[in-house]
Amino acid sequence: MASAQVTPGTHFTLYDTELRSRLLLGTARYPSPQVLVDAVQGARVEVVTVSLRREASGERAGQGFWSIIRGFAVRVLPNTAGCHSVKEAVTTAHMAREVFATSWIKLEVIGEEDTLQPDVFGTVEAARVLCSEGFQVFPYTTEDLVVAERLLHAGCRVLMPWGAPIGSGRGLNNLFGLTALRGHFPEVPLIIDAGIGVPSHAAQALELGFDAVLINTAVAEARDPVQMARAFAQAVEAGRAARLAGPMEPRDLAVPSTPVVGKAFLAR
Amino acid sequence: MRIRVNGAWRETSAVTLGSVLQELGYGEAVVATAVNGEFVPIGSRPSATLTEGDQLEVLAPMQGG
Repeated sequence: MASAQVTPGTHFTLYDTELRSRLLLGTARYPSPQVLVDAVQGARVEVVTVSLRREASGERAGQGFWSIIRGFAVRVLPNTAGCHSVKEAVTTAHMAREVFATSWIKLEVIGEEDTLQPDVFGTVEAARVLCSEGFQVFPYTTEDLVVAERLLHAGCRVLMPWGAPIGSGRGLNNLFGLTALRGHFPEVPLIIDAGIGVPSHAAQALELGFDAVLINTAVAEARDPVQMARAFAQAVEAGRAARLAGPMEPRDLAVPSTPVVGKAFLAR
Repeated sequence: MRIRVNGAWRETSAVTLGSVLQELGYGEAVVATAVNGEFVPIGSRPSATLTEGDQLEVLAPMQGG
């Protein structure tokens, strides 16, 4: 079967937008703009994350970057990265909505500097404000079930739990917690947002039933980001196919895979 | 008057946010603006008046994760 063939159930929906690619890609830290372009196109990514930063009038770095992104046939998901308060995040979201002409916002309210762990209290509060203002909020959160419930109650229709601290590359730190989150909210699109280091982590996330992964550092800082982006695309496809195929249950004892019945008696 | 633009003090003779952006050379650049922490939409820039000591943020699209 060709890998590009669409299996039933391979599409997924984020705020009424139907997507095929379950690999969302960050745009930061690439060695050059061309490498970013090649990575996005090579992996057939449909959603990329972007941000807003200060730009001096003499510089045009931001304008150049924006013209590259507009050249892609992709949706942009602006973030509120670096915001530590509800006020900052809400204001940044308003600025992003105007610049990027989208109501999608990846809401990050950072609560701790060493781990870049989300301030879940601030995130819930900001989500409530932004959802009431018509934003379609993608909150960066933990695997905490209570926080997830509050975010959904605030109006979020997608959740983005971390796998591990942003940029750490450590994979899915709390498998039990993430599995519980998936089990509790079977109908909510869940995207693993942070901490994935290698394609096998991404495959594992999809095998567990997560709908997609968002990768940045693991691709951008690979020795060959374009090749790594393709590897991630293949991994999420494999992980999703495995999820649909229904993995076997692990067992504690060995079970022979070769039939025992009919085996010759050769012992003496 | 003196205002802070992206953290740096600047002297300006312009009064409105729209004219300050022109004076600073942003021209047609795709940017979003905030004054003293409050978002100012593009349509409000011509009428948004600035006063001494105001803090202006001018943000542009940038790489992000």
